[in-house]
Amino acid sequence: MKILIVDDFSTMRRIIKNLLRDLGFTNTDEADDGNTALPMLRSGKYDFLVTDWNMPGMSGFDLLKAVRADENLKTLPVLMVTAEAKRDQIVAAAQAGVNGYVVKPFTAAVLKEKIEKIFERIQ
Amino acid sequence: MSDSKNNPQDLDPEVKEKLRAQANALVEQIDAGEYGQAMTLINDLSEVRDQSLYREVGRLTRSLHEAIRNFQIDPRNAEQQEALSMMTDASDRLEYVVQKTGQAANRTMDLAEDAMPRAHAMRDEAALLRDEWQRLRRREMQPAEFRDLYGRIDNFFVTLAGDADLICGNLSEILLAQDFQDLTGQVIQKVTALVKEVEEHLLSLVVMASHVDQLTGTVHELEAKEISAEQGVGPQIKAEEREDVVAGQDDVDDLLSSLGF
Repeated sequence: MKILIVDDFSTMRRIIKNLLRDLGFTNTDEADDGNTALPMLRSGKYDFLVTDWNMPGMSGFDLLKAVRADENLKTLPVLMVTAEAKRDQIVAAAQAGVNGYVVKPFTAAVLKEKIEKIFERIQ
Repeated sequence: MSDSKNNPQDLDPEVKEKLRAQANALVEQIDAGEYGQAMTLINDLSEVRDQSLYREVGRLTRSLHEAIRNFQIDPRNAEQQEALSMMTDASDRLEYVVQKTGQAANRTMDLAEDAMPRAHAMRDEAALLRDEWQRLRRREMQPAEFRDLYGRIDNFFVTLAGDADLICGNLSEILLAQDFQDLTGQVIQKVTALVKEVEEHLLSLVVMASHVDQLTGTVHELEAKEISAEQGVGPQIKAEEREDVVAGQDDVDDLLSSLGF
């Protein structure tokens, strides 16, 4: 299971990386915005994408849309972990095909629950 | 600055007196049929008006300048003084907050990550020794096994003391790493005070500008700016008071399940 973590703040990437490691996912890579993440996703055979929304360069929402529009990536499970809390945004993310939405600040238990739920649906 | 001071009906007494004198003179000139001189007076009148506006704009600009110039932090030691004297504007100060909080977060995570494997190892070894101990108490242990356990317990006590020391040390360093709060708190309070001051002065300028517009009959066509949430708007403050914002993960889950998720 190879996971890409996208967030513009290195501390948040590190927190998510640590939580994922505690859940048993040790194969993770990091990117700091959509522009860096997209080429990695296209060449790296990732099984799961965890992304923030608000980032300089390409936002997580645009990254989600780009992933869904890409023939090779469109089925990649995407979990959004973000401080964006407007109802319209959550609806937009759902319509764009997000698999899970975690609002910051979050707990380890919430992240675990959402990730497990996503994998349950896939299997 | 109070609103009444911005009101053209409440001008400086000096300006009022000047206006009154010129207005009376104007009536006299017109009555006397001296239209040329009347026009000159009208020009003088508008000059008086303009000058009072310029004076007010100048006064506001000065106090705005003063507000920005006075924006300095109180450094507590020479090192900070040097670091902070280079920061002459608010964005640098906020950058300093980002740096300090980032450093503290990373330091805290370093220390926690360093302590965690040792705590795990302590827990695992303790569980193992407890099982062996139970076997010994139930007299299920061979003499050779006992000698092995004896040495292992000895080692465990030595590592336990060392690891507990390290974990305690890391925990107290984690406490110390929170000292950024004091510094960043001061900086943010200063920036907040500046923002408030600037806002007040800007508001005064806007009120004045609207008076100028009124006097000159200028109408601005303001384009409504469409705000898109697609690029992200950041964390919501006072989320519980707002209808269009979720208050937490439970709200997100409810919203998504109502959409069939």
